[in-house]
Amino acid sequence: MTGTDAKKLPLEDLHSAAGARFGAFAGWSMPLTYPAGVMAEHLHTRDHAGLFDISHMQLFEVAGPGAAALLAKACPLDAAALAERQSKYTFFLNEQAGIIDDLIVTRLEAERFMVVANAGNATVDEAHLRALAKDFDCTVTALDRVFLAIQGPEAEAALKQASIETGDLLFMHGFEPKKDWFMSRSGYTGEDGFEIGLPETDARKLLETLLADERVKWIGLAARDSLRLEAGLCLHGQDITPDIDPASAALMWAISKDLRTNGQFIGSDALRAILAKGPTEKRVGLKPQGRQPVRAGASLFDEAGNPAGRVTSGGFGPSAGSPVAMGYVSAPLASSGSKIFADVRGTKIPVDISSLPFTPHRYRKG
Amino acid sequence: MATTYFTDDHEWLRVEGGIATVGITDYAQEQLGDLVFVELPEAGRKLAKGDVAVVVESVKAASDVYAPIDGEIVESNGALASDPALVNSAATGDGWLWKMKLSDESQLAGLLDEAGYKALIG
Repeated sequence: MTGTDAKKLPLEDLHSAAGARFGAFAGWSMPLTYPAGVMAEHLHTRDHAGLFDISHMQLFEVAGPGAAALLAKACPLDAAALAERQSKYTFFLNEQAGIIDDLIVTRLEAERFMVVANAGNATVDEAHLRALAKDFDCTVTALDRVFLAIQGPEAEAALKQASIETGDLLFMHGFEPKKDWFMSRSGYTGEDGFEIGLPETDARKLLETLLADERVKWIGLAARDSLRLEAGLCLHGQDITPDIDPASAALMWAISKDLRTNGQFIGSDALRAILAKGPTEKRVGLKPQGRQPVRAGASLFDEAGNPAGRVTSGGFGPSAGSPVAMGYVSAPLASSGSKIFADVRGTKIPVDISSLPFTPHRYRKG
Repeated sequence: MATTYFTDDHEWLRVEGGIATVGITDYAQEQLGDLVFVELPEAGRKLAKGDVAVVVESVKAASDVYAPIDGEIVESNGALASDPALVNSAATGDGWLWKMKLSDESQLAGLLDEAGYKALIG
């Protein structure tokens, strides 16, 4: 069970009523699984529509004439070049180009942006934003919202049934459909889906309709983790940390070529130095041979038995039907065909370097 | 006539003719969730009470299953290699984990009976 000081979700009563088993995550008491179990929940999301309570995550509104400039300083992101409604996956970097947090930034209006941050980093992120805001003409507001994700091939239809028009919203776009609502077509499962921030009373009303729809089921944090791992997506604190830069993390796709060369964001000099030399280790997908899962913390070795890296996320992929993992290996080994082994309780398990994701993304891009 | 015992580590033992068949309880499999792999012990391995006999892996985590008593493995449940979910669907039947020859049957006196175990899990 969870510690007494863990924060409770505003909708905890609904999760209890649904039979959730709770566990601690990032300072919150979170539903880990429901009675269907992680395997069924995972597969339900891929086949129908999974509903996730992600209210532990923090929404920040950054507004004012200096908002775009602040974000362009804090993140390797040309915030002024974003179109209204456009979202980008980006990071707060430290001076060493380490990833303080990974985020989704959406331009709501010319001078207003929504920043969605991880639960475990919300306090650090807020302090970071507020410190920066002193040098820019803008305000930072931490929003008090219930935050729901609905993910899977039937998510759009289920929202329509609940009178939520998703219209022509494409993947990585977001807007404010009602007062104090924020909805984006995004998620962390590899599936098409939506994330909706809204006031608690509105959330309870919406959920009455959504949960009456048999296509929609609550999905716990355990399946959220296996879904994001199969989708090859990083979990901050595990796969990326303040000691890991975007080049090592194989996340340079999130930084435009122009910014890599000319950007003046925090950490830009350090990142350019890393890129000039090439990172010493790289994040890769890892597919253990056989059935035995290889988990976070396992050490990796080359054929000669020399240390070759470490596993940062690992488990069983219900859709992949096999164990799946990701981790860091020394750069020369970071290509398919390298022979590497994971140590699991003293046994060396052969592991193939795999391209990510393990299950194809099915985003609605247009 | 077989006698069934339980441990406060949520294992069951069915003892007959000096051989115990060991598995985890239905309560335990429910707590673990869907199993995807069971690391089975080799026959002939000697175990002391409290040694890790088997590792069961769910989607999310690996958990140790301890020897409830001293003895020697005589067989492990090969069916679990291809179908580890048997432990979920039939924890106290086809989902048994291993059989062991007991070296000291007097240790059985320290285990729980079914009523005692039921009281433990409430």
